[in-house]
Amino acid sequence: MSLLVARGLSKRFGGLHAVARLDMEIARGEMLGLIGPNGAGKTTVFNLLSGFLVLDAGDIVLDGHSIVGLPPHAICRLGLARTFQIVRPFPRMTVLENVRVGALARCPRAPEALARAREVVARVGLGPRERVAAGALTLADRKRLELARALATGPALLLLDEVMAGLNPTEIETIIQLIRAIHASGVSILLIEHNMRAVMALSQRIVVLSFGERIAEGAPAEIAHHPKVVEAYLGEEYVRAAPA
Amino acid sequence: MLQGVVSGLLFGGVYSLMAVGLTLIFGVMRVVNFAHGDMMVWGMYLAYVLATRAGIDPYASFLVCAAALFALGFVVQRGLVDRIVDAPHEMQILLMLGVALVLENVALVAFGPEPTRVRSPLASATLWLGPVFVDVARLVTFLVAVALTTALWAFLFRTDLGRTIRAAADNTYGALVVGTDVRRVYAVAFGVGAACVGAAGALVSPILPFQPPTGLSLSVASFNIVIIGGMGSLLGAFVGGLLVSLAESLGAVFLKPSLKELFSFSLLIVILLIRPAGLFGRRSA
Amino acid sequence: MKWVLVAGVLALLALPAVLSSYALTLFILIFFYGFLGQAWNIVGGYAGQLSAGHAAFVGVGGYTATMLSIELGLTPWVGMLIGGVLAALLGAIIGYLGFRFGLRGFYFVLLTVAFAEICRVAVSNIDALGGPLGLYITFTGNPRQFQFQDGRVYYYIALALMLVATLTAWAIERRRFGIYLAAIREDEAAAEALGVNAFKYKMLAMVVSSFLTGLGGTFYAFYLFSLQPNTLFGIPLSVEIIIRPIVGGAGTLLGPILGSFILTPLAEISRLYLGQGGLHGAHLIAYGVLLIGVVLFLPEGAYPRLRRALARRSGQTR
Repeated sequence: MSLLVARGLSKRFGGLHAVARLDMEIARGEMLGLIGPNGAGKTTVFNLLSGFLVLDAGDIVLDGHSIVGLPPHAICRLGLARTFQIVRPFPRMTVLENVRVGALARCPRAPEALARAREVVARVGLGPRERVAAGALTLADRKRLELARALATGPALLLLDEVMAGLNPTEIETIIQLIRAIHASGVSILLIEHNMRAVMALSQRIVVLSFGERIAEGAPAEIAHHPKVVEAYLGEEYVRAAPA
Repeated sequence: MLQGVVSGLLFGGVYSLMAVGLTLIFGVMRVVNFAHGDMMVWGMYLAYVLATRAGIDPYASFLVCAAALFALGFVVQRGLVDRIVDAPHEMQILLMLGVALVLENVALVAFGPEPTRVRSPLASATLWLGPVFVDVARLVTFLVAVALTTALWAFLFRTDLGRTIRAAADNTYGALVVGTDVRRVYAVAFGVGAACVGAAGALVSPILPFQPPTGLSLSVASFNIVIIGGMGSLLGAFVGGLLVSLAESLGAVFLKPSLKELFSFSLLIVILLIRPAGLFGRRSA
Repeated sequence: MKWVLVAGVLALLALPAVLSSYALTLFILIFFYGFLGQAWNIVGGYAGQLSAGHAAFVGVGGYTATMLSIELGLTPWVGMLIGGVLAALLGAIIGYLGFRFGLRGFYFVLLTVAFAEICRVAVSNIDALGGPLGLYITFTGNPRQFQFQDGRVYYYIALALMLVATLTAWAIERRRFGIYLAAIREDEAAAEALGVNAFKYKMLAMVVSSFLTGLGGTFYAFYLFSLQPNTLFGIPLSVEIIIRPIVGGAGTLLGPILGSFILTPLAEISRLYLGQGGLHGAHLIAYGVLLIGVVLFLPEGAYPRLRRALARRSGQTR
């Protein structure tokens, strides 16, 4: 059963086709990886799905509702939450207060939202730091905060934008476990990642973008050796030289 | 009506100079100088003092006024604005509002609330140029303003310091990396921006009656022009200055004088709503 | 902390018994500007939308109630509410234009100033509204006409207004409304991604703030028995409105009140000692210097700094 169906997505900036007639589907409970070289249009896709950019053409259906033209806050309330590539915590609020903002999307009353926020904060492992001001956190903790905040809105689909960027290997391991746990709890996930190891480890299926178009799709193992993918990342010469 | 057009265009030279100063400050530092109009009023009062105490005609003293305002701008940037470069925008707005308050009210206390004008022999001279009267004062003002704007352009595009300023405006981090003393560059840029209105103030002091509250209307006029022309665009500020002056001049032909302010503010609102990027603008505030 | 506040309110209620009539006037001003500052605080502090044209709402409120009283004999008690509603309408218009068209920061400030100045010039030019000389209210001492022989009544009304505004801010602060405003202030886009309808909440804040400010306009008019467009719509009043919360702490509950208690006496003293007439500008110089000082050294305002100092003194951790 499809949770998200995107058909014919197109977005141009001046003369540049950032995204061109893209089709994409995410099944309920799936973890889909979105990869591609820099400038392929991945974050643009996120911005289109989450309502931060207006589609030039195409349709997006989330859980049966068309969400084209809806503002970000409405899309969030319909069950699609996102994180940002460069984290955007509310710096003067504490970890708990940050997550409470997200929780209010599910629990309109402040005390209940606070309780829900506390749970989510504990789930991502930030419990001991719940009273710390967000501006004072390390990068790894900020990423976890960003995750927690989005999670608190109770999404059916979570968009993760390069969560691993800037983290060291240990931190990456921790985040991978966390993402697995979130997925296991029933949240469908679409993740953009440059860290190949992480993407291969986490994704059930991968879509590869290049210059705004889908050039390949399939299970991680298939994608790793797909000639078009190698070409997109490394250039034509490497396709012939690539080991099987 | 042709008279209105010519008058408007000539006055536009001053508007352009004012606007170029404001847009330079914004373009380099992303700081909106809310005290811009009040600084210009200080240029006017300085010209007044020089004229009445030292007998120097404003058309001669405008360079001195420019230099004095340069110093003021440099000090304001170095001493105040510099400390809050990383602070949220509201802080910067409040800071410049504070500076504007101080400047306007010190002028009020020092010079009183009555409107003043500077006497200059040129002020009453007129010429016939074809079918229109031309105020010699306005003509000279226009020519000097254009000359100054050209000099500024030459400074920014032909000298090393000017290029450094533009580089810092485009890419602060990059400028830092190559060793630019960015703080000094900022201070110079602010100083130059202030010098523009120092000169502009001196140049109009015989034409425009002024009092301390005039600062606000001048600031609004500057914002109007810079927003139309595009924040950060020098060409936009220059062209915008001529356009807005023209519009106001034509407006004055058809409207009651006391409604002139109404017109300016309404224009500002319309511009804010439809053109925040401006005609030539590349960046947003 | 709660007990300190309760004690404070009780003390303020009892104060008129011991105050001289001059001190009474001072407190009336403290409460009144505290009230206006708190009303501004809702949109300027909590929502972070800097408005430098709030005097427009005072003017609309004041002129509405006064005209209704003069022309229709309508009691200002009702006129006050109507004035508030009209002020809220203006606030909604400004808010709609500003927020729908994405005017932030400096652009929004300009918009608010432009509207206030348009109101000022427009009213100055309308003879039916008294023109540049304004309107005068004849003294009747009739409570039904919002006039009282006893200064103490004004004291209690001003205090009540300040408390109403503060309670409103408190109610907002602890609910979703206030939390969402804080999120919008910190990072509007991030808030939107979390389901916050930024436009709706900013509009709400603007409407509440302008309504309350409009109420203040009536008090101002009937306390001073006169209204002039330059005073009621002018920038100096807008500055008076915003400086107290900014110095005291924008976005905090007690900031505007603390700010008023600090600045109002200072302003009065400077008015006394620096003479009349053109020297009216002198206290504005002090305001300008204060604004600069606060931005440079005390950006969150006096109240948060004070609270931290007190917490440290009593050995608590935050």
